[in-house]
Amino acid sequence: MTAMSRRITTEGRISAKEVAHVARLARLRLTDEELERFAEQLGAVLEHARDVEQLDTAGVPPTAHPLPLVNVLRDDAVVPCLDRDEVLAQAPEVEDDRFRVPRILGEAP
Amino acid sequence: MTSAIETAARVRAGEGRAADVLEEHLARIAAHESEVHAFNLVLVEQARAAAAAVDEAVAAGRDPGRLAGVPVALKDNLCTRGIPTTCSSRILDGWKPPYDATVVRRLVDAGAVIVGKTNLDEFAMGSSTENSAFGPTRNPHDLGRVPGGSSGGSAAAVAAGFAALGLGSDTGGSIRQPASLCGVVGAKPTYGLVSRYGLVAFASSLDQIGPFGLDVADAALLLDVIAGPDSLDSTCMPDPPVQASSRLGAGVDGLRVGVVEELASAEGLTPPVGICLREAAEALAAAGAKVDEVSVPATVYGLSAYYLIAPAEASSNLARYDGVRYGKRIVPSPDADLTEMYLATRSEGFGAEVKRRIMLGTYALSAGYYDAYYGQAQRVRTLILRDFEAAYRDFDVLLAPTAPGSAFPLGEKTADPLLMYLNDVCTVPSNLAGHPAVSVPFGTDHAGLPLGVQVLAPALGEAVMFQVAAALEAAAPAPPVPAMRRMGGPA
Repeated sequence: MTAMSRRITTEGRISAKEVAHVARLARLRLTDEELERFAEQLGAVLEHARDVEQLDTAGVPPTAHPLPLVNVLRDDAVVPCLDRDEVLAQAPEVEDDRFRVPRILGEAP
Repeated sequence: MTSAIETAARVRAGEGRAADVLEEHLARIAAHESEVHAFNLVLVEQARAAAAAVDEAVAAGRDPGRLAGVPVALKDNLCTRGIPTTCSSRILDGWKPPYDATVVRRLVDAGAVIVGKTNLDEFAMGSSTENSAFGPTRNPHDLGRVPGGSSGGSAAAVAAGFAALGLGSDTGGSIRQPASLCGVVGAKPTYGLVSRYGLVAFASSLDQIGPFGLDVADAALLLDVIAGPDSLDSTCMPDPPVQASSRLGAGVDGLRVGVVEELASAEGLTPPVGICLREAAEALAAAGAKVDEVSVPATVYGLSAYYLIAPAEASSNLARYDGVRYGKRIVPSPDADLTEMYLATRSEGFGAEVKRRIMLGTYALSAGYYDAYYGQAQRVRTLILRDFEAAYRDFDVLLAPTAPGSAFPLGEKTADPLLMYLNDVCTVPSNLAGHPAVSVPFGTDHAGLPLGVQVLAPALGEAVMFQVAAALEAAAPAPPVPAMRRMGGPA
């Protein structure tokens, strides 16, 4: 975690540099024009969210989802599953009944 | 147009043929779909086969089910086996799901006839159906205006008479807001009432599938058909479902109705919306309800909390679109590695709004910001739940506007994401709380465009919610009918 990623500017806005960092995390390649535009637009949304950011919520537990259900279980019965060939038929590239992908390890930079 | 309930009754009794009902709807589609663009795909042959099967069942003395011969439009983020399911995104180009969504199975089992897959904002992210990779849907009441969104295609299809019923999904208002803008009924059920197996995920703690209909009874019937436990969805409640239709026509005498002050005065509301809300409240009071104002203070933080939580969940859910198992893969050069394939696939496959939300969500979840944004939004969610709980100690249902205004012109809000997000200010609190809410047409703006009013209820309060919605509908001025819906068939 870099010092940059911790910084919230006084305006609550984010810089094009921070946007570029987030784009890398999200596996998105953005153009310079997109970086600038997203910095401005995300800044406006985060500015709107300042009311939430500044609210005193000491002692309030978080709600992750609204349903009071835990550990929903079903019988451990054998039932048909999706057909392998039908699933693999949707893949961009297949080899030996597996999903084929481009090489994972690149050349050393 | 005949109601879905009447159509099913006639088909089941052998007094009308599913094939004829379908052809009426296909004729309207043939005449007007090129103007409206409600559908990504019209399933003409499959629908004819389904209608024929319903008619054969009736002829053979078998009951085809509660939706016998009723044409239904499906939002194109509901999986249909062997039939393209696009989410209006290029990244799912060519994808044919290997399974049906549970709601699709239940429709088919009830004798419904699926007429097509409807347009949406890409991955259900938007409030106008303009964020579709296949171009916008237009409002049947005024082709220069949006139908709302993200389920704009299903709302427009029902408003135009292309289908008698529609299914949408509602993460922050995506059924109720287009229902309001298109002059139809649209409901978001309690979180967990309807199985989401086969609904392409946007924000998993908020998403629900729900019905569109031309009237309250039709929408309630469709909900009753799709609701109930499903072993394929562990977030679906295991108990027998509530019956949404059980109290229709019971009136509202003695019911306590609270008008939510914070939503009645929310950011960006236009004057006609306030007028319609007041008239709706007066109509319920005249019908015997005890109507009063109620404060639900934390709802003012709903929009901000929603636009942190929903993008955060979306950024996680949409990580699955990586070009490996299905959909589009772009390999930018013959020697590109896996990461370069991910980057190219996602950057070319997603549209601008989806990228924006993935970015916002990734930021809100990233190191150093998680607690300030995502964690804080989750605590606000608790406050909203507590405030609703307090309100429901004194009231059976709550009343609020659905959208800040009537249908707006295409392009008016596309350049300013925050302005577009403000469409959801009155709808997101119900998603954050997991509560049901329904939008009912009530009045028009000065240009004669339809407006809706929302009835909100506590978790699993669908029966009383539809009970009040039916009373509102009975008291409402006759809603405008788009000219294309009057075309053909019995009036």
